[in-house]
Amino acid sequence: MGSGVQDRPMIELRHVYKWFGAQAVLSDVSLAVARGGRVVVCGPSGAGKSTMIRCINRLEDHQQGEIFVDGMELTADVKQIEAIRREVGMVFQQFNLFPHLTVLENLTLAPIRVRRMSRREAEDLAMLHLERVRIPEQAGKYPAQLSGGQQQRVAIARALCMKPQVMLFDEPTSALDPEMIKEVLDVMLELAQSGMTMICVTHEMGFAREMADMLVFMDRGEVIETAPPDLFFTAPRNERTRLFLGQILRR
Amino acid sequence: MAHDRSRRRRDLGRPAPWNDARLRSLGLQAAVFILLLALAAYLAGNAAANLSRQGIATGFDFLGREASFAIATTLIRYSPADSYARALLVGLLNTLLVSALGIALATLLGLAVGLARLSRNWLLSRLALVYVELLRNTPLLLQIFLWWDLLRLAAPPPRTAWRPLPGVFVSVRGVYFPVPVYQPLYLWMGVALAGGVAAATGLRVWVRRARAGRPPLPAWIGFALVPLPPLAVFLAGGAPHLLDVPHVTRFDFSGGQSITPEFAALLAALVAYTAAFIGEIVRGGILAVSRGQSEAAAALGLTRGQALRLVVLPQAIRVIVPPLTSEYLNLAKNSSLAIAVGFPELFAVTDTIANQTGQSIETMTLVASAYLAISLTISLLMNLYNRSAALVER
Repeated sequence: MGSGVQDRPMIELRHVYKWFGAQAVLSDVSLAVARGGRVVVCGPSGAGKSTMIRCINRLEDHQQGEIFVDGMELTADVKQIEAIRREVGMVFQQFNLFPHLTVLENLTLAPIRVRRMSRREAEDLAMLHLERVRIPEQAGKYPAQLSGGQQQRVAIARALCMKPQVMLFDEPTSALDPEMIKEVLDVMLELAQSGMTMICVTHEMGFAREMADMLVFMDRGEVIETAPPDLFFTAPRNERTRLFLGQILRR
Repeated sequence: MAHDRSRRRRDLGRPAPWNDARLRSLGLQAAVFILLLALAAYLAGNAAANLSRQGIATGFDFLGREASFAIATTLIRYSPADSYARALLVGLLNTLLVSALGIALATLLGLAVGLARLSRNWLLSRLALVYVELLRNTPLLLQIFLWWDLLRLAAPPPRTAWRPLPGVFVSVRGVYFPVPVYQPLYLWMGVALAGGVAAATGLRVWVRRARAGRPPLPAWIGFALVPLPPLAVFLAGGAPHLLDVPHVTRFDFSGGQSITPEFAALLAALVAYTAAFIGEIVRGGILAVSRGQSEAAAALGLTRGQALRLVVLPQAIRVIVPPLTSEYLNLAKNSSLAIAVGFPELFAVTDTIANQTGQSIETMTLVASAYLAISLTISLLMNLYNRSAALVER
């Protein structure tokens, strides 16, 4: 790979704004994530964390500013949006597995329909990723037959089957029972070690410290502070960051 | 304390009969059953007495007698010399035809209307809204008359009929078009067609099993298998063909096959009316699928059409089918309104027979049974389909 490709950020937001009515939910958000970068976004609820990462694959549109993914700008161009979505995997808080399809079919649907893989190729790939998230034995089951933790791991495998360049996680453990959180976080840690570019919205600060190479603190639609984990947790510069960390780490 | 507990135990053992829930419900049901039976016996007795006083025959013997009335639209050969039973069969077939066509077309139009209602295109969704509100808030009978008037007023008389294709005539008498005259060879062409369908299906199964993983064969290979065998039989048999072409007589047409204005008005009204309801059912079904499903599909790179077809609609179907079934039943039963424009479906034919024979109880019992059978068949098929579309929960 040429150094030019390496230097360009995988994801770049420049002065992004978004309003719901008169209320700004994103306000002058700028962020650059390098290829292989691992970013954790935290902040109080309503801070715009989810909205921000949902703008990166255009589940929400931004109204001002620019967003680039792998050098492609997100505009209203439908073909461009589809091209970007092929490269950006997403994992949702509520899993959003397709309940009418088996686990295997959930994993092969997009590779066959979008990537135009043959069925066998897609199934081999699906089994590979199911082994990676440690539930190959569940391939023939339907989502409702699995536990929450298993469902979320299937959702991660489903996104990985599209061979994305970037993975977005929108509070992936917030809907899980406490005993299932670890199995999902472990899978995400392994993914981080494999060099995947990741942006993760989460309240799991222990996980953030372990996985992230950069932490972003957001509040009221703004990026308040961006810092590597050791500085972020030991020496936060902003008062609001300190307050938030005090509340969340006391538990 | 000790006293209390022993009494409670005795109560649990055997309650008084009038306090026993099972005996109570049995007794209640027996009482309702006896009351209904008594009522039916009373009414039947009255009816029998009235009928014999008026000198009206009872029983189903009339079915074998000559009908001696003409029916304008028949799917099978029929003349006034045929029996009442055959006249009823003609009516039943007409009902089945208009119901089956109506259900198929109303489903397609309803799906389109439902999707249009949800469209991001402001104009399209508004138009669909106006369509739905207009059609479902006016009486169906009125709409049938309106379609009938439209078709008769807008079309020319037979002598100046439009001829969009050679042999096809559009006029106030309806649409007349040529039909092939039956040849014995057609039976063998049918057999060949069935063979072609079987071969194409077999190929599909084989491709799935033996060629799994390799790129699929082009679809046209399968489709080509279907029309080729009958065509080969047709050519090998010397390509016999004879068309029954309609021609203009003084005020009308003879020969060919026709779609009468009555049939067209009934079908159009039933389809347009029912599609308005089906559109709302489809819209509700799609809205019932959580937003996260289409978001997940979008995030995977599926297009909006793929997301709708592969993810949203298969889930919406579960919500759509039960109310859709009752719309299908409504359409089949509403086809009896055809009597207003004179399309000879089951109810219209039955009404004529009842007038001629005076045996309205028998004829209405027959027609009720026929509608019941049609409705139960639709329900059964829809329930079977719904079961196959159900989600596996655990």
